[in-house]
Amino acid sequence: MIPLETIVTAPDTVAGKPVIELAGVTKTYPGGVTALRSVDLVVDDGELLAIVGPSGSGKSTMLNLIGTLDRPSRGTVRIDGHDVASLSDRELSALRARRIGFVFQQFHLAPGRDALGNVADGLLYYGVPKKERERRAEAALVRVGLGNRLAHRPHQLSGGERQRVAIARAVAGDPALLLADEPTGNLDSASGAGVMELLRELNEAGTTILVITHDREIANGLPRQVPMRDGQVI
Amino acid sequence: MALRPARLRPSDLARLGGYGLRSRPLRAVLSALGIAIGIAAMTAVVGISASSRADLDHELAKLGTNLLTVSPGNTMFGTRATLPDDSVAMIKRIGPILSATATGVLNESHVYRTDRIPATQSGGLSVLAAKLDLLQTVGATLDHGAWLNAATDRYPTVVLGAAAAEQLGNVPAVYIGGRWWVVVGVLQKVPLAPELDSAVLMGWPAATTYLGFDGHPTTVYTRSVESQVEAVRAVLAPTANPEAPGDVQVSKPSDALAARRATNATFTALLLGLGAVALLVGGIGVANTMVISVLERRSEIGLRRSLGATKGQIRTQFVAESLLLSLIGGALGALLGYLATGTYATTQTWPTVMPLWVLAGGVGATVLIGAIAGLYPAIRAAHLAPTEALAAT
Ligand SMILES: Nc1ncnc2c1ncn2[C@@H]1O[C@H](COP(=O)(O)OP(=O)(O)OP(=O)(O)O)[C@@H](O)[C@H]1O
Ligand SMILES: [Mg+2]
Repeated sequence: MIPLETIVTAPDTVAGKPVIELAGVTKTYPGGVTALRSVDLVVDDGELLAIVGPSGSGKSTMLNLIGTLDRPSRGTVRIDGHDVASLSDRELSALRARRIGFVFQQFHLAPGRDALGNVADGLLYYGVPKKERERRAEAALVRVGLGNRLAHRPHQLSGGERQRVAIARAVAGDPALLLADEPTGNLDSASGAGVMELLRELNEAGTTILVITHDREIANGLPRQVPMRDGQVI
Repeated sequence: MALRPARLRPSDLARLGGYGLRSRPLRAVLSALGIAIGIAAMTAVVGISASSRADLDHELAKLGTNLLTVSPGNTMFGTRATLPDDSVAMIKRIGPILSATATGVLNESHVYRTDRIPATQSGGLSVLAAKLDLLQTVGATLDHGAWLNAATDRYPTVVLGAAAAEQLGNVPAVYIGGRWWVVVGVLQKVPLAPELDSAVLMGWPAATTYLGFDGHPTTVYTRSVESQVEAVRAVLAPTANPEAPGDVQVSKPSDALAARRATNATFTALLLGLGAVALLVGGIGVANTMVISVLERRSEIGLRRSLGATKGQIRTQFVAESLLLSLIGGALGALLGYLATGTYATTQTWPTVMPLWVLAGGVGATVLIGAIAGLYPAIRAAHLAPTEALAAT
């Protein structure tokens, strides 16, 4: 097997070094909607921050640009030291596989696979054999408190547990950056609080985490808030 | 510093291909069935015709393709010609001739089971005078009893052809020309000289003595050296009747078997065409399934892109799924086709022959169809923008 280090050489992510750098980022969708207007944002390694703002203010658009799922119309996006504009689609895929984890409001779990399978499959593009994927998946599920739910399928889990499985999948590959778009949006306040608690723990263990939320209370509980309105950071 | 996507292992790719099929098993089975029916039809058609041909080839090899028959045609005045009495002796002098023998038809004589049935009920059997070496030359064998010999061919004794024996029943003697003739033997079917099947055969001298036979041979059977058959064929007519070679007909009975084989071949081509149409329809079914699958699984595609799948890996996943789908159909079809061939060949007492190229071709066609059917949907899947795919619910 090829050692992982040769597939992606991670830059030294010393605390305090920026993981996300947006400079003059503008996104205009085909059809003419400008969802982001000249946004500047720097997020250092190890931060935990909330992006808050009304619906349509451009939060998801910004998250997609940071997650390299989309490219800006103008401005530069640097993630983990890489200028996204200079990377090919294949290189961006590798960057996502190794350095970025996503958590979505709708969980996006495969209905036919149990928790362990869902998390292990998340490492399919990471470059490790099946045994190792399962070992890491189990460790990640234990970490999110689902060590006793490995063989449960999504429909046998509560909403909060499903989101924990999704978080386990996002962190199983030890990403430098975790991006969560309304992770508590489909959850009641108790399970939402549980998920936020888990994100705080992961952050304390070293992962940089960026959370989009509507919920003022949740946002206020995080160390940094980035408020947005009309495509701008205010 | 280089960012390189990790390669998907073949085992992971196979698992990925199976993943989509397992999530919708009924749909997978139904669309694989289309391919299975096409492949089964094609393998069965080829297998059955190959088995039948193997059987014919076996028969031909046993009988030989070097049998030529000589018979009188019509004269230039339109009347029935005759062969000279010594034509058999003349033909035997041709170098590459291995053996030559003859039968002579007694048109005026009819066969009856009893002496009481009216003459109109004699029913389609022919009375033939036969030379003693007839059996070896035409490759005939006795079903039971004995063939004529130098003693019995002078007396009123007969040997029955297979069909004649069936028609007359198990009788000890038959009534011909106002006299009882003892049945001494019965022949098996003679594929190369089917006219003997419905014949009652008697000795040349007996026919002359008791039924007034004129002694003209009406069919001369010859065997020649295999490599010289065509050369012998060219000289048979002038040798049999030097004065009027145009009155002589020469034929090669094995051509009839070969023609049967050729008929089979055109029939096979037709059925094969039908099988190909079935296969095409099966392929369209797979393509349809894949297109729907891609539409339904947009959010899965978006998720995989967010997890780090490259466009190529998405494309490969869907092509693998399509390949797997059609391979399952192809394997099932080949199995069904083989079973159908075996069953049919067994009921026909043919050997079961399934040419390897059919199975290889079946798998090849399946892979090709799977790849073609899956390629377009896979390319569409790969080109979905990740954000757009994730937005789908
Ligand atoms: N693919 C797209 N094509 C065109 N316009 C889009 C697209 N995606 C988003 N937009 C528009 O861009 C603006 C910002 O959308 P975005 O999804 O980023 O908002 P948001 O802050 O995430 O809102 P919400 O809180 O409701 O999720 C909206 O006006 C939206 O209509
Ligand atoms: Mg949003």
